Amino acid sequence: MELLSAIKKPAALQYLGEIVEMVSACARGQGFSDEAISDIELATEEILVNICNYSYPGVPGDVEVECKLDSGKLIIQFIDSGLPFDMSTLPDPDITAEIEDRKIGGLGIFFVKKLMDDVRYQRKDNFNILELVIRKRSVNSRPGIDK
Amino acid sequence: MDINATKKDGILTGSVKGRLDAVTASEFDVKFGEWMAAGERNVIINLSGLEYISSAGLRSILSAAKQLKANGGRLFIVELNGAVKKVFELSGFYSVLQVFDTEDAAIKQIS
Repeated sequence: MELLSAIKKPAALQYLGEIVEMVSACARGQGFSDEAISDIELATEEILVNICNYSYPGVPGDVEVECKLDSGKLIIQFIDSGLPFDMSTLPDPDITAEIEDRKIGGLGIFFVKKLMDDVRYQRKDNFNILELVIRKRSVNSRPGIDK
Repeated sequence: MDINATKKDGILTGSVKGRLDAVTASEFDVKFGEWMAAGERNVIINLSGLEYISSAGLRSILSAAKQLKANGGRLFIVELNGAVKKVFELSGFYSVLQVFDTEDAAIKQIS
């Protein structure tokens, strides 16, 4: 496992752009396609927004993001010391509901599950450790869209 | 993010450029609020210049569509492409929003 880059910031939306840019630059440096880079930026934003909004209710806290390379796979790791939250336990949103009943809650996490190859969560020593895993793929394969 | 509004034959078209994310979505909400306050009923949102949208951006678009619908109007989304189109597909938004390839196609629906 090779560490490509790391950043630690307060868990606040004002740092979103900076962190997404770091992850994006990592993926670009590893030769990921433009489409994969978009997927990675989206997944990174959705995870960060979740941490910023829910991990530290009423108190400040940090989020640490590391990009690693593991035999051709990009691993994006998010660490925070906030409330335990395992997104894999969240039910998928109803994406067929009519406009009046449409909710956005859960949609971001749904994107992450659809677009990443693997999502791993562990709670360790009072830290949430979430890892997104994405493989380089051929141009013809469109994750999330292919049924 | 940049929003450029033009009005033709009584129909307002807002062209959104750049990134519609958790940080910029509030700018869209403010701009759209101004249009609602001005009494707009049918609004076309042209996303040809939008490079990126997240669930926060979709929330703003959905909210805009709901506000217009409540006022007897409609929101039309046109010229989706690339990453933005993919996010619309994933979210199932095609089934709840009026999505068209071109502004002309949307205008035909209004008139």
